[in-house]
Amino acid sequence: MAFVVRRLAFYFVAAWVALTVNFFIPRAMPGSAVQDIMSKFPNLQPPAYKALEAMLGVGHPGSLWHQYTTYLDDVFHLNFGTDLIEYPAKVSTLLGQTIPWTLTLVGTATVIAFFLGTALGIIAGWRHGGWLDRVLPGLMFLQAIPYFFLALLLIDVLAINNHIFPIGQGYAGGLIPGWHWSFISSAIYHSLLPAFTIVITSVAGWMLQMRNVMITTIGEDYVLAAQAKGLPSRRVVFTYAARNAILPQLQGFGLALGFVVSGAIIMEIVFSYPGIGLLLLNAVTSNDYPLMQAIFLVITFTVLLANLIVDVVIVFVDPRVRAGAGA
Amino acid sequence: MVVATMSISADPLPPGDKRQRFALWKRLPTKAKVGAVLLGFFVLAAIIGPMVAPYDPSFQNPLPSLSMHPPNGSYLLGTTESGQDVLSQLLAGIRMTMELAVIVGAVATGLSVIVGVSAAFLGGVWDEVLSLVSNVFLVIPALPLLILLLGYLPQRGQTATILVLSLLGWPWGARVIRAQTLAIRNRDFIAASRETGEKTWRILFFEIVPNEVSLIAASFVNTVLYAIGASVALAFIGLADLTSWSLGTMLYWAEGQQALELGAWWWFAPPGIAVALMGASLVLLNTGIDELGNPRLRDASSASRIAGRRLRPTDPTPVLQTLREPRRALAFLHSFSRSSLLEARPPRSDKRSLQAMPIVARSGEQP
Repeated sequence: MAFVVRRLAFYFVAAWVALTVNFFIPRAMPGSAVQDIMSKFPNLQPPAYKALEAMLGVGHPGSLWHQYTTYLDDVFHLNFGTDLIEYPAKVSTLLGQTIPWTLTLVGTATVIAFFLGTALGIIAGWRHGGWLDRVLPGLMFLQAIPYFFLALLLIDVLAINNHIFPIGQGYAGGLIPGWHWSFISSAIYHSLLPAFTIVITSVAGWMLQMRNVMITTIGEDYVLAAQAKGLPSRRVVFTYAARNAILPQLQGFGLALGFVVSGAIIMEIVFSYPGIGLLLLNAVTSNDYPLMQAIFLVITFTVLLANLIVDVVIVFVDPRVRAGAGA
Repeated sequence: MVVATMSISADPLPPGDKRQRFALWKRLPTKAKVGAVLLGFFVLAAIIGPMVAPYDPSFQNPLPSLSMHPPNGSYLLGTTESGQDVLSQLLAGIRMTMELAVIVGAVATGLSVIVGVSAAFLGGVWDEVLSLVSNVFLVIPALPLLILLLGYLPQRGQTATILVLSLLGWPWGARVIRAQTLAIRNRDFIAASRETGEKTWRILFFEIVPNEVSLIAASFVNTVLYAIGASVALAFIGLADLTSWSLGTMLYWAEGQQALELGAWWWFAPPGIAVALMGASLVLLNTGIDELGNPRLRDASSASRIAGRRLRPTDPTPVLQTLREPRRALAFLHSFSRSSLLEARPPRSDKRSLQAMPIVARSGEQP
């Protein structure tokens, strides 16, 4: 329990740092930069202009401390202000439309990649030198390919030349989103290729890591002892070696999540997938600053939350943490 | 290249002894060799590329027949929609991406050495604060923050990208180097130099840092990898100076002008493959060096077979085997073994990592 409380405190600090960085980035920019930004929106409605002023800290929005507390209060109430481009839409509305898409796609694909990579890593580590171990360099090449480039290649081969998958978008044009089968099946069909891309590019990382830990664990005395007393291989692999090797893997999961999410964001852009990555691209290209800031916060908070969940899982699988000994 | 520096630091080879140098190269795992050769090729391309490029990468040939021309004799990689030579762009792009990645790697690794070493050496509140900061920045996803920072910058040129990437690229290295410094800090030779009255900064830079050269090199390789990936991704979504040629901006223009839909594979494939090969060469180099340090990770052909069905209770474990190897190999190897970056495993708690270091303690003593 103490472990979870300590991690909770850490994520609290991390969240606060993210919020504060987010607050100070526009204010730390040199004065001319803020003027540049303001001048990019000549046709802004007065309320939106005022919101922009408050966000960038120019004009007379009160003392810095006052701005800061107002900002924290707004974020706490999920009030990210009004969107500059699609005025008068609320930023939080735009986020609400896109988050489910990303969460479903990236979440599912990442979990699949993690389990698949871990399973393959167990096999590769156990059958050290076997065929799975020998294809590792090839997998490392896959890992080095940027997500979005692999996505481009897959689209070219599977969507443009062979028409097996749709080229992009989240669902077929003309469908109205809702809980009916034609929409859901179309959404699943459209998500297959993006999900496949995420799995392919991230599976090698999990696999390599699990393999390495697995090989080190297999060298431990207790594994040798288990073999020596004649336990069946299956039991030695899963109950003795993999059971212990998975702990560093889980801790790594939390840390690697940031990379995976970052890659997935870019990948969404290639697929024109209606998720938060595409929204971020649109925000960047149209200088939609409130939206950019809100998206940064949303992604960071989601990653922190996922980390917290992983920590709770670690408490369940690692008795040392439960006993309060490990860290 | 990296390997050579490290071996010299571990035990300087007599100058001119080519046979020994060659022996070191031969001992490298195949993965590291392939990685080094591939990387050397890209370094060469980055250095002489713009000089041998057949055309100006920005020159737009107005001839309509040269728009999106497939590769032929005079345009080895074909042309873009506006008649620019893809090969020339590629060579300029490799130079620019490589330059950025190496600078970011150097700056960020420098930062991580400073943070990691001082956190571990100063201890106490400093350690708490510096570790907290690096852990926080590890857990905050980097790319959205990079996008936010670059989005606000008035100029998005090479310098801005280098600055922002370096600013966010140090936490991984700092974490690993801190763990290693904690392990070295209490060793006898540090205590000895403290007793002889050496100043703290001298102990830091002449006693501790040289003992971490191999780890720092690995951290550098990883940071370069991160810089390549991040800069290409940022340029791909348009957050870069789009008038200059890097591998990322090439992909940006190819995507933006529908190279994919129009079937111009020669336009979007080369920059992507170049990025992938550069990345793969670095990963291979790092994994290969890693295997040199941790023999258990090697291919079955070179490692003793300890896993699976081949296990025989009488087999000596590889750790014992390494202890029997000449000392030169050991001093070089073991600063890598347990805290490899590629394993992406957070270092265990300090108490434990101290316990886990007996091999280092034995091998690393100064002769």
